[in-house]
Amino acid sequence: MRIRFSNKGDKPTKAGFGEGLLDAGCRIPEVVALGADITASVGVNLFANRFPERFLSLGIAEQNCIGVAAGLALEGKTPVFATYGVFAALRTTDQIRVSVCYNNLHVVIGGAHAGVSVGPDGATHQALEDLAVMRVLPNMTVLSPCDATQTKIATQHAINKVNGPVYIRFGREAMPDFTSENQSFEVGKAQQLHGGNDITIIATGHLVWEALQAAYQLKKEKIHVRVINMHTIKPIDRETIIRAARETGAIVTAEEHQVAGGMGSAVAEVVAREYPVPMNFIGMPDRFGESGNPRELMQKFGMTAHTIEKAVLSLLQRKNIPFNH
Amino acid sequence: MRTKLTDPKRLQEISCRIRRSILLSLCEAGSGHLGGSLGITDVFTALYFSVLNHDPKDPDWADRDRLILSIGHVAPALYATLAHRGYFPEKELSTLRKLGSRLQGHPGREHGLPGLELSAGSLGQGLSVAVGRAIAGKMDQQRWRVYCILGDGELQEGSVWEAAMSASFYKLDNLIAIVDRNGVQIDGKTEEVMALEPLKEKWQSFGWTVFECNGNNHEEILSAMNLAQQVSDKPAMILAQTRMGYGVKTIEGDYRWHGKAPSKQEVEEFIRELEEEK
Repeated sequence: MRIRFSNKGDKPTKAGFGEGLLDAGCRIPEVVALGADITASVGVNLFANRFPERFLSLGIAEQNCIGVAAGLALEGKTPVFATYGVFAALRTTDQIRVSVCYNNLHVVIGGAHAGVSVGPDGATHQALEDLAVMRVLPNMTVLSPCDATQTKIATQHAINKVNGPVYIRFGREAMPDFTSENQSFEVGKAQQLHGGNDITIIATGHLVWEALQAAYQLKKEKIHVRVINMHTIKPIDRETIIRAARETGAIVTAEEHQVAGGMGSAVAEVVAREYPVPMNFIGMPDRFGESGNPRELMQKFGMTAHTIEKAVLSLLQRKNIPFNH
Repeated sequence: MRTKLTDPKRLQEISCRIRRSILLSLCEAGSGHLGGSLGITDVFTALYFSVLNHDPKDPDWADRDRLILSIGHVAPALYATLAHRGYFPEKELSTLRKLGSRLQGHPGREHGLPGLELSAGSLGQGLSVAVGRAIAGKMDQQRWRVYCILGDGELQEGSVWEAAMSASFYKLDNLIAIVDRNGVQIDGKTEEVMALEPLKEKWQSFGWTVFECNGNNHEEILSAMNLAQQVSDKPAMILAQTRMGYGVKTIEGDYRWHGKAPSKQEVEEFIRELEEEK
């Protein structure tokens, strides 16, 4: 594939969530949004202003929000509840597990402020464990789109096309918006954004852009990198992962999340079982984030194109040492 | 089959039969929560044979009243009541807690038991779900009500009070909650484990209209339900004073029977006591 993606302008992915929710709300009268005080900060204000009669303010009471959403879903509504990912996924885990997932209800949960790129708010507000916890829950679908445009589309799909519980993750900071409004998007089907057979980078969220930049740089050194956007963490696209393992022989994963249990782990579960190849993992190394500006933090924790490039080069060396089976 | 009974004597007879089924099913299962199930039986009987608008032949009837059981551990009482009301055959009660059964230890909708409104068992969650259903009912101008059964120990969960706040904030007069106030929990008396009193005042200060009744007396239960249905602009709470293990004198009020099943020998003795009580 030879498309070179270019940035249409920086835009926070949460804006895409807000637009997707508004759009779905205009077309589907059953959509009801729930707010836990920070509605503007997570992009729900667009919907709330347009449809005040379908917006429920529930205060700083996330556990109750999840239960109320479950009740609404039981009555045929499509509830959408968004707050910061640390609260949306972690404070409410038991409510999501029992009231939503065990009942297998179509509740859409938006987790904002994903990753260290949240910036100066620091560790308490940087969601770095949400994907791991959400993806182990039976019946749950987990989405992690890569830019504002894709977040808008993924939000519409979460509301409209998925049955059962969905967790969708997005960020706070304005980041390159580079995918097309007309892209083909399917839940559970990863997108190959850049072709190559030397090695594969599988990235999710903000790090997809960084992975592309790494691939462009490596191309100058005649290293042909395949870049895959894993926008759906669950159900994971096994077929695309197995093909990448078979055709490129090595995989680097990159995510703004703990390495343990996140997207990289989900990929490794498939690789280990189906087609073992050497892997490398970009993500948080089992520690908390801290305050700083988003770019500084992404650099400090190695979540940039440059670090991904280095991880690719180091993995290429291992790739050439045959596995001792 | 949408007839409603109003004679307390008749309801008491039915309660007695349901208690017998609970004892037998728990004995057969070899585990489960006997004390709470026997204590709350009269409330279930009153709801399913007198108060609720529902239809056992059409469990998903759109206009039915919704009953949310938040304390999933008293599922044996719910199952026995549903069976006696005709939702499924009574003989299925002997499958309680067994592999492949529709009667899970705590209610699970995915196993397909008719009449189950919610999979539940983790305490502190049911009232929130009831609030969500009641809000949906209001949004769609529906006339059905939501009833929610909570335990008293469960009120120690903070999420219950989040739900309590939201119910009065949205003026949910289509929501009636019932607390099984038996005063005991696994570790002992609620007032010694983590005190709940003054309970009536707590709920009132959260914006609820509160009624109290003897939850093992059908006349009082029906009267409280009737008053609760007339409340407007506020959710209603019924604090139902019950006795754990009610109906079986040997175990009445004994918290050690919270999570225990009777042996074969005990069950014969308990059923005899039950019959004498009647």
